Amino acid sequence: MNVELKNIHKHFGNVHANKGINLSIPSGSIQGILGENGAGKSTLMKILSGFIQADPGGEIILDGKPVVIHSPADAIHVGIGMLHQDPLDFPPMRALDNFLLGQSGGLFPNRNAVARDFRRLAEQFDFSLDPDSYVDSLTVGERQQLEIIRLLWLGARVLILDEPTTGISASQKSKLFVTLKKLAGQGMTVIFVSHKLEDVEHLCDKVAVLRAGELVGEAKPPYTTSKLVEMMFGKVITLGARQPAQGGNAVLSLENVSLEDVRLKIRNADLEVRAGEVIGLAGMEGSGQGLFIRACAGLVRPVGGRIILNGRDMTGKSYHAFKRAGVNFLPAARLEEGLIPGLSLTDHFILAEEPDGLFIDRAIGQRLAEERIKSFNIRGAPHTPVESLSGGNQQRAELALLQDPLSLVLLEHPTRGLDIESVIYIWGKLKERCRSSTAIIFISSDLEEILQYSDRVLVFFSGKVSRPLDAGKTSVDQLGQLIGGKNWADMGEAYD
Amino acid sequence: MIRDRLGNLLYQLAALLLSFGVVSLILISVDASPWEAFRNMFAGSFGSLRKFAEVLVAFVPLLLVTAGLLVTFSAGLWNIGVEGQVVLGAIATTWVYRFFLDSNLPPALIIALAILGGMIGGALWGSLAGLLKVFGGVNEIFGGLGLNFVATALTIYLIFGPWKRPGVASMSGTVPFPDEFSLPLVENLRISPWALGIALVGIVIVYFLLQGTYFGLRLKAVGKNFRAAYLLGIPTWQYSMYSFLICGALAGAAGAMQVAAVYHRLIPSISSGYGYLGLLVAMLINYQALWAVPVALFFAALNIGSIQLPILMKLDSSLSGVLQGVLVLFVLLASGMQQKFARRS
Repeated sequence: MNVELKNIHKHFGNVHANKGINLSIPSGSIQGILGENGAGKSTLMKILSGFIQADPGGEIILDGKPVVIHSPADAIHVGIGMLHQDPLDFPPMRALDNFLLGQSGGLFPNRNAVARDFRRLAEQFDFSLDPDSYVDSLTVGERQQLEIIRLLWLGARVLILDEPTTGISASQKSKLFVTLKKLAGQGMTVIFVSHKLEDVEHLCDKVAVLRAGELVGEAKPPYTTSKLVEMMFGKVITLGARQPAQGGNAVLSLENVSLEDVRLKIRNADLEVRAGEVIGLAGMEGSGQGLFIRACAGLVRPVGGRIILNGRDMTGKSYHAFKRAGVNFLPAARLEEGLIPGLSLTDHFILAEEPDGLFIDRAIGQRLAEERIKSFNIRGAPHTPVESLSGGNQQRAELALLQDPLSLVLLEHPTRGLDIESVIYIWGKLKERCRSSTAIIFISSDLEEILQYSDRVLVFFSGKVSRPLDAGKTSVDQLGQLIGGKNWADMGEAYD
Repeated sequence: MIRDRLGNLLYQLAALLLSFGVVSLILISVDASPWEAFRNMFAGSFGSLRKFAEVLVAFVPLLLVTAGLLVTFSAGLWNIGVEGQVVLGAIATTWVYRFFLDSNLPPALIIALAILGGMIGGALWGSLAGLLKVFGGVNEIFGGLGLNFVATALTIYLIFGPWKRPGVASMSGTVPFPDEFSLPLVENLRISPWALGIALVGIVIVYFLLQGTYFGLRLKAVGKNFRAAYLLGIPTWQYSMYSFLICGALAGAAGAMQVAAVYHRLIPSISSGYGYLGLLVAMLINYQALWAVPVALFFAALNIGSIQLPILMKLDSSLSGVLQGVLVLFVLLASGMQQKFARRS
């Protein structure tokens, strides 16, 4: 099916997530959609698959006919099926039941006939799926296969895959690629959303690159990696001179630390962070940097290795123990994890001071709040509930909650979604901390920010951690390639 | 700010009128006069000093339970187990009384010990729901509900087993305690000023705890955002446990009042459902301790006033329960609607 997107816009509040995107995808081709986090890839795909609606004025045209898609059910009805990064299935149910759930109509499903279809489809693509197995016993790759045949069975002729190669094994990946090529050969339209350059280059007949909500360009094979990276991340802009760190004592040492969560394993990472130093963690969302920073905070317990803080072994200790030892962690999800909706700024500052005593001294609280509001330039009053602050002011409020003195500050996306002035302001405040010997580790998806403010950079890719790179000698282009999983062979000392 | 308050009040008033309207419709559908029913309920609760004293008798445990629930609500916990905590308070009080039945200690001391025992009993029962929640991952609603059934079964077991009346056990409860074990009552009335005083002190303490102390602020932080509270350095699960202990102690005090000031023995339905009714009051007042007194008094009046209905109008006294339930639903609905409109504008 030929898919045509015309003038697709999408606003979320003040955020313009898709800016007039025009894209035409011919039947029987594999279209790559490339872009960094927040570039608008997911928004565009969600519009196409009916999860959200585009702003009025845009058009989706299938085989020359404009269609209106209001829900995922509408989407599958016109032949568009989307495979999500986290498979949207029902783990406690059998594979066949998952298969049946999306079917419309019919009170009593004909299980035998459906099971026949299931086996036929699975066989066609050489998937070894048992319709009677429970979904939670399947691997991520197998769940993907289940989802693919389910969508095909429901009549999908356009298949959208969102980061499908995350969390699956190499052999499953090659099988997936074979399947996708076969499907394209049968006239299906495949849309492959990824940030992995290698996968896109290997698979796609055409690549569209999104940046900051705009379609910045398209490319056809043979691809030039550096060209794609430049399109993804834009031109390099310098934010002023870098400030190198003075070498202090080791604040935090990770020795041979191994971490695990459901999706990822990090093996034997080593790092020594010195007082006053800034370490940037780069990588696409979910590449392991989140796990890593939470381990540094004591929020994730390592499965192996030791974490040393100011000479004391803190392995396996709780976040509160880390906190008492001078570590503060500021999470990315401000209203979910960082601040307490319903409480005022004053309440927050009082709580962060960890006061003793029984009765709240409102006068001191008020004074504290006024001071912090002024010195952190927060647009809000002491009694303002945090949820009614703007994102930038919430971020400043979070920073104002940092205790003093600290030996280590851990930040997840400290400036995400903020305007450039706020970014410069916030980093000014953070660099002040560094001058008083506080070390900083931060995650950002903005490569320029990472190179600008870090002394050293760790790159994460699918749980692999690079050796620390000197930020002063690394370019946005190099970093972009590493994030996309390229050139890791040159990283002689990378921890695998 | 003032407009907000006024708007709030208007919504609440609308909810009140609507719930009376719905109950009126129900009454009309069974050919009863709503006016007469409401008038009888009012007369039954405020018509005479004796009746008003009865309202206060119901008000005491209801206020104590509500005070306790304000604490768990603030910590973001739905302490359904409060009913069982009232029962265990009554059981523990009874146990202390029985223990000192033949002692020579001054009765005032024994009464004080019995009430203290009741508070400890309620707190321990509350801590069970807390332990299940914190260490067992059992939602406090399910854990509390289960413990409520266990508490009721325990009461029945004690009344018909170890603590049964000499001769034959009876649903009317254990042997009544001697008069000197009773909290002093107002002459010719059933209300004890001491019990009333304890209930009022309870709500005042909770008010200051939640409004003016670091403890209360931390508790609210835990209730509003558990994760962020932890990251701010608050020992979160400990605060959950504290709230269960405090609520349990206040509910236990309610149970102790039922034994020490009202029934003077353990009876099967010792809690009279005040735990559940307290949940309604707490929901209605939406964390605001100041409103606990008038609303609990109103609910107690409805309960007592409706006792007249079967006698005077051949209506079931559960009408008060219908009115209370409908009222809570409408108030919640009103605040939901208000928020929805506030978001739109």
